[in-house]
This record gives sequence, structure tokens and C-alpha cells, in this order.
Amino acid sequence: MDKIAIVGASQTKYERRKKGEIFYDMIYEVTTKAMEDADYTLEDIDNVITVSNDFLDGRTISCMAVQEAAGAHDKNVSTIEGDGAFGAFYGAMRVLGGFGTTLVVAHSKGSEGDPKIITNAMFDPIYHRLLGLDAISSSALQASVYMERYGITEQQCALVSVKNHKNAKNNPYAQLPMDITVDDVMRSKKIADPIKLLDCSPISDGAAAIIIANEKRAKKARTKPIWIKGVAHCSDAYFLGDRDLADPISLKDASKKAYAMAGIKDPMSEIDVVELYDAFTYMEPLWLEGMGICDAGQGGQLIEKGITVMDGKLPVNPSGGVLSAHPVLVAGLVRIIEAALQIRGEAGDHQIKGAKTALAHGINGPCGQSHCVWILGSK
Amino acid sequence: MGIDRKDTELLTVTFDKGMPYEWSIGKYGSRFFQEIKEHKRFLGTRCPKCGRVLVPPRRICGPCFQELDELVELSDTGTIMAFSVVNYPFIDPATGIQRPIPYTYGYINIDGSDNIFSHIINETDANKIKVGMKVRAVFKESQEMEGNIQDIKHFEIIR
Ligand SMILES: [Zn+2]
Repeated sequence: MDKIAIVGASQTKYERRKKGEIFYDMIYEVTTKAMEDADYTLEDIDNVITVSNDFLDGRTISCMAVQEAAGAHDKNVSTIEGDGAFGAFYGAMRVLGGFGTTLVVAHSKGSEGDPKIITNAMFDPIYHRLLGLDAISSSALQASVYMERYGITEQQCALVSVKNHKNAKNNPYAQLPMDITVDDVMRSKKIADPIKLLDCSPISDGAAAIIIANEKRAKKARTKPIWIKGVAHCSDAYFLGDRDLADPISLKDASKKAYAMAGIKDPMSEIDVVELYDAFTYMEPLWLEGMGICDAGQGGQLIEKGITVMDGKLPVNPSGGVLSAHPVLVAGLVRIIEAALQIRGEAGDHQIKGAKTALAHGINGPCGQSHCVWILGSK
Repeated sequence: MGIDRKDTELLTVTFDKGMPYEWSIGKYGSRFFQEIKEHKRFLGTRCPKCGRVLVPPRRICGPCFQELDELVELSDTGTIMAFSVVNYPFIDPATGIQRPIPYTYGYINIDGSDNIFSHIINETDANKIKVGMKVRAVFKESQEMEGNIQDIKHFEIIR
């Protein structure tokens, strides 16, 4: 693969309800900030990828309404209707395909629609929607399968909530910085067994943007280029019942491909920091297993041993993760931004010292139907 | 006993409930509707680079990628640039009630602006309406206004 890099990145603060801002405002903010970050002007942007979803935005062909705010007037612009990590994948492909640079912009406002109705609408209208299956209840099924199979405990999952909300205290963009205990999580309201309130990510509004450039154009940027060493995405079956929910094979496949591209043989020792898509606490150990960071069923112990805390052997979600801010579609792009900031050494109070190789991860579809895995590096 | 495949009645499943949304109107849009309520006038924004005045007010001029912060007071009058007398039923998405047909959809250049504003013209006889005619906005009574585009009842032709 030709050398391509992330040369600009920006995000909004994540909030429960940005009442004063329309999509346009959030997108304009991150677009201008990402260009400032790279010290690029609009002339340096060769094409634009927007990320949006019609049900979330409440608008048919939602991409068309936001292009001008992303600086796309008179430019080649295309769209991903899904998580921002996949939008970035498309952006990277466009740079590999001949564009010198791509701007990738994602936005969403969980506050404007009804997340239960919108996530219910992910499912099959004939067999599943009328049952009420949505993001939370489907994830509760996945948590149940996973915990039952391997004896993962609710306390182990609670530790993820405690760690990530604590990490969020060092991230000025996070929505839910909190000092909480395992007991607080265990005593929080039961939402859908075994998931409790503090196992869930919040409803959020926000936007994020990155600029990807080829080697030549990366030299024009102010920032230290963060090289894309490996990236892959793979997808699994649509119907939950056609998948083994405790065995994320599409994540295993995507990880293997990304590692092979990046020349990584032992992810645990070669990766310095992970930013993954923890929409619910159980996802963190499950995804770490899928990534081959530990063996199947060992995710709970990995958390318990403190390996994933800020000063652990492999810090996971130093930003506070999706549990601390969950702008849908934006969240996977944020993982890439956070991974890039870590390698730049610009992650502020949640910086992992000396991070040179980072893994960023996004998911699409219910219960991680598809996974996108990124390996970013300083060289 | 086998399974009879020949006499399968083809079924469908029907959902007929709408999805609710609460969209922010934003700072400029909110000012736009407040000006209508308080002063029965339109507000636009002027691009400092190309000079265009856009109504409703926008934060960005797309071609210039320029932030617009100059608010411009506009008249309640304009010129018909295009129109169509619509004869098929339309269900108002906010109320679920069908609008009486026919109705006339108008493309109106508000005096003092450089783009086209869309609204209803209260003339449904296509022979009595022409491109180039002057129109004036007719507003609801202030106390009936709700801060949305229907606070403008319609535009009427100035004869
Ligand atoms: Zn302009």
C-alpha cells in the first residue's frame, strides 16, 4: 500500500443536547478546525466524504444537506451511511485511488430523534422490529450469550465503566467524566438484564473530522503525519441468530488483515494504546478478544488485572471511550482521532507516554455486525 | 401430510406510525422567526466576500466557504420567479392533515435578497398569475404564531 497519513483532525465537545446548533454549525466547526490543524486551506482539500444517516437526521438523502458546511461546494463529495471509521476507510481508499487529500466529516444528534425507534428500525421489519428489538435489547442478548459462555461477570464489566468514565475526566471533549465505583454500576438501574444504566453509553450530539493525505501532500501539512499502517473491515450475518454473538469473527478477520498489513505479529506487545467502540461495557472485553489481544473468554480477567487502565500494559480508551460520549456515526471516527492524537503526543491529560502504534476501531450494524480496524503509526 | 406450496397467500406487514423528531432551528433560524413574530419582516444574511444576501439567513456561503454574520433587514414584498398550481393531495407532515387542493407553490425573490424563497401563493387560477408579478407576505396574527414557516400564511399578489 502507498503511504497515506492522517494530517488533520478535530472534534466538537459532546453534549446531551446541542440545542443552539444545527448539523451545519457542527460540521462547519469541525471542518474549519481540521483544516486549521493541518494548516490547509480549502484549496488543499481534493474531495470530501460526509457520514450521515437518514433516520438519524430525519431527512431523505441526508448527505445533500450538509455538504456546503463541509466545504464541498464544487468538489467531488460522497457519503457513507454508517459509522465514521468506515467513512474514513472510504476516505483512505480515495487517497489511494488518486486524490491527494480527502476530508472525512461525521455528525449526528442523538437528541433530535428517538434512539429507540431509530435503532429498532435497524432490524428486519418482518421478523424482528415488531418484537421491539433495538440497540439496547439486542446488546443485552449479546452480553448474555458472552457472559454465559465464558463466565464473564457483571463486576468485570462494571470495571470498564469505572475505568472509562474516570479516563473521561482527562478529556475535555467527553460528555460523561465521572468518579464511580463498581458498586455504583452494580446498583444502577436495570435496563435490560444483564445491562444496567452505567453499562450503557449516553445519547450524544457532536461532530468530528479528519483529513487523510498521500505522502506528497502530507508534507504540506503543519502536523506530524500519522501513518495508516493497516486497515481492514469485515462483515458478518445480518440476523443476530445467524451469528455466534460471543464470537466476533468479522472483528477477528479484520484485525488479522490489518495486523498483516502493518506487520504486527503480537498485538499485545506491539500496540501501545487501543481506542475501541465500547457502546456497552461488555463490548470492551469482547472486542479485545476479537482483536486477539487476549484469548477467547479471557477479556474479563484482562480487565480485572488492570492491564487496560491508563498506566497498564495496554491502555484501552484513555479518552473515556464511547461510554463517555456516543455520538452515533461520529464515535468510530473519534476513535481514529484519539489514536492519532496519542501518537502525535497531543492527547493532553490523557496522553499515553511514548505511544507510537495505536489501534482504532469502529462498528456498524447491531451488536458489531461489521468491524473496521485501523493500525496507526508514527513512521 | 406434505406442505402445500401452491396456495400460499402472499402477505405484507404494515407500519403506519411516524418517527418523531425535534430539530434545532439554530441561532439564525430562530432570529428569522422571531423577526417575523415581532416585526412581520424578513431577515437575511450578507456574504462579506461575494455580497450575496441569502434568505432565510444562513451561517455559511457555500461557494465562498465564508461565515456570514451580517444580518440584513428585508422587505415583506418580492417577485414571483416561478410557480406551480398543485393538484395532487399533500399531507402536512406536522399535523397529518391534508392541505386543500389545488394550492400554488411559489418561488419568490424577496426584495433586497439574491436568492429564492419558497412559499405558498394564494391564487390558484393559473390564468391570473404570471412570473414577474409582485407579491406581499401575509402573516398570521402575532399571538397565533408558533415560530415556524407557517407563521407566514401565504403571499398575495399585489394588483
Ligand atoms: Zn459568498
